[in-house]
Amino acid sequence: MGSTTAENDHGPEGAGTTDLEGVGRRDLIKRSAALGLITVPTMSFLSACASGGGGDDDTSEDTQGEASESNPFGVKKGSKLDVVIFKGGYGDAYAKAWEAAFQKKWGVTSTHTGTQEITGKLQPRFNAGNPPDIVDDSGAQQIPIDVLYKNGQLLDLAEVLDSPSIDDPSKKVRDTLIPGTLDAGMQENKVVALNYIYTVWGLWYSGKLFKENGWEEPKTWADFLTICKEAKAKEIGGLAHQGKYPYYINVAIMDLIAKTGGLEAMKAIDNLDPKAFVGSDAAKAGVEAIYEVVEKGYLMPGTNGLTHTESQARWNQYKAVFITSGSWLENEQLTQTPDDFEMTFMPMPVLPDSVMPFEAIRAGSGEPFIIPAKAKNLPAAKEFMRMMLSREWSTLFAKEANSLTIVKDGVDTGVSLRPGTQSTVEVSKAAGDNTFRYLYTEWYSEMDTAIQNASNELMAKRIQPAEWLKRAQAAVDKQAKDPDSKKNRRD
Amino acid sequence: MRKGQNRFVAGFLLVPVALYLIFVIWPYIQTFGYSLTDWKGQSQTFSFIGLDNYTALFEDDIFLQAIWHNILFLVFIPVITILLALFFAFMLNAGGRGRAGGVSGVAGSGFYKIVYFFPQVLSLAILAVLFGAVYRSDSGGMLNGFLMRLGLVDENSPVEWLNEPNYVLWALILVVVWHGVGFYLVLFSAAMQAIPRDIYEAALIDGAGRAHTFFRITLPLLWDSVQTAWVYLGIAAMDMFILVSTMTAGEYGGGPDHHSEVMATVMMRNFLLYGRSGYACAMGVVMLLLTLIVSVVMLRATRRERVEF
Repeated sequence: MGSTTAENDHGPEGAGTTDLEGVGRRDLIKRSAALGLITVPTMSFLSACASGGGGDDDTSEDTQGEASESNPFGVKKGSKLDVVIFKGGYGDAYAKAWEAAFQKKWGVTSTHTGTQEITGKLQPRFNAGNPPDIVDDSGAQQIPIDVLYKNGQLLDLAEVLDSPSIDDPSKKVRDTLIPGTLDAGMQENKVVALNYIYTVWGLWYSGKLFKENGWEEPKTWADFLTICKEAKAKEIGGLAHQGKYPYYINVAIMDLIAKTGGLEAMKAIDNLDPKAFVGSDAAKAGVEAIYEVVEKGYLMPGTNGLTHTESQARWNQYKAVFITSGSWLENEQLTQTPDDFEMTFMPMPVLPDSVMPFEAIRAGSGEPFIIPAKAKNLPAAKEFMRMMLSREWSTLFAKEANSLTIVKDGVDTGVSLRPGTQSTVEVSKAAGDNTFRYLYTEWYSEMDTAIQNASNELMAKRIQPAEWLKRAQAAVDKQAKDPDSKKNRRD
Repeated sequence: MRKGQNRFVAGFLLVPVALYLIFVIWPYIQTFGYSLTDWKGQSQTFSFIGLDNYTALFEDDIFLQAIWHNILFLVFIPVITILLALFFAFMLNAGGRGRAGGVSGVAGSGFYKIVYFFPQVLSLAILAVLFGAVYRSDSGGMLNGFLMRLGLVDENSPVEWLNEPNYVLWALILVVVWHGVGFYLVLFSAAMQAIPRDIYEAALIDGAGRAHTFFRITLPLLWDSVQTAWVYLGIAAMDMFILVSTMTAGEYGGGPDHHSEVMATVMMRNFLLYGRSGYACAMGVVMLLLTLIVSVVMLRATRRERVEF
């Protein structure tokens, strides 16, 4: 429109310009539009990089109250608590119940955020030095704990763990927890994340399918293969795994390695030993055993390309006998599981000459809760975490989320568990002290990814066990060269 | 121009320019700044490490492989999409035959135009879910189920489309092409309808066939639209983040074993998962440069004399 007015005002001169524009204008607009568009895809990524400035301009509100025996951290009445909860398989109803209880007891109101976008919501806040007070940092968009730790964003939780327990003030909180469950939250020998949920990993099967076929729980790898073979004859897959997420098949491979070679074999991997994989007999035996399943065609057809929900649903339809997963499986599959399915959990079967017995399981904790080092209301956050580790709150959790916590005997006897969860409890009892837990997954995200990729190739039959060992060792060696990785060690 | 007018124009320009500088240019500069540091992405502590990130980038096999995949996309996506869109658009607008010598599309072309446009209505996220079901790696997948019925695929070893290094890129290209053809068909149709009928009629009277009419008349007169399409598709091919990250295996996609990796997925993984944000920023800068180069080259290469009508 502008050019029309110009034309009227300036007569011949205006006419001249319109003429010129007639040749090039459309072109020009198009090109500048195109160039502008280039910036769109790139920009969205670049601006993701750019932070919101940041700095440490703490507007330190006064959140420190007076400490006493019943109030060891000095929670201040009337202060505010900012809680962010990953709203995944366990929902966030349990946290709302906690917060209500917390407000009742301490008069501290909380802002509750239940979300799946942990990274998207929290990364800018961490960068700007304005994080929430307590976070359930979990799910697919979890901010890796190792990354947060290296940035000095996590509070050392020793103070909470050494404070008196709510249920029995003569004990430290630390001593009321299931042994070993704090390990997963350790970075450089400090507990910086509280993995709150007690989890076991292993194999699952349908009790109904077993009964129908007269099978018994296989204790050795040979028995396991026999069942797979019989299943194949009946056109049922032997083992299903969640191929799109090789995390799950790594559970099987690594469990076999740990059970065959004992804790030493496991620690060699966590401690980035130059002979963690190549040169380790246990690793060789473990990966070859898994590959036998692939080679003999005992995998559920197509399982390598399925997501976790897809392959678990197929397993629920009796398309496969076994599936690898953790104790959350039952809760995750609630709507998919037939009523008479009899979901049952079992430890990985053992190879000949295995150091650990069949009963041994990978057990530990998941769902990391963190307190940011720069949280505004540290006293209330610490108290909140202390109360999470009380029997009352642990029971609240079991009720709302259908899962166990790391608090020893943390569920009131009145609460009845689902059959699958109940079977995990029994397996844990049978295992006793025979538990193990890898830590490299929490310590070294990059190495974990590399091993997952190799496993995916192995399951798709594109590489052989020898090549898998080489690639896994290469990932370990690469991680060992990273100067940051020297400080993580376990004995 | 009069003085007041100047001020008037400047007043209008000032705000948008300022916004552009703050929200577009400044992040670019910040990103470049971060790319020279070892920033880990979750706090404001980092140290300056010069061009280390960039030198590391050229030894990063995964990133180099990702660039290569982007280049493959850049070659195949625009070519296939544009050729198909041109062909369909021509058939819909000038491909009809007979009926008193007039120029028209094939029978029912109005209906086809609407149907062809359907895929464009879907967002990429929905598309990823949809094609996830098509490519599903067991007998429940549409493609596998179909091939099994025909007896081409064994029920016990279905084709794992997105888990096969040799297929995964093609599977992705197919999705983008399927999505894009309808839009460019409409774009080209609009341009074709602007071409005067008498030109076609004259050609028909001279005895030109379909192919002749297309190459001698339609295509030259459409060149501007083709060029625009080319640049748009080129940009889409340099990105590909949404499809790759949702459809393929691995954190932020790129699987199996990096065979479908694109620059954006490698960048996101380094940025958010590994906490190597400074390094990821260096990747971002490289992406920006490459995309700029590609656009400039595409515009230059397709430059032609305008045909006036």
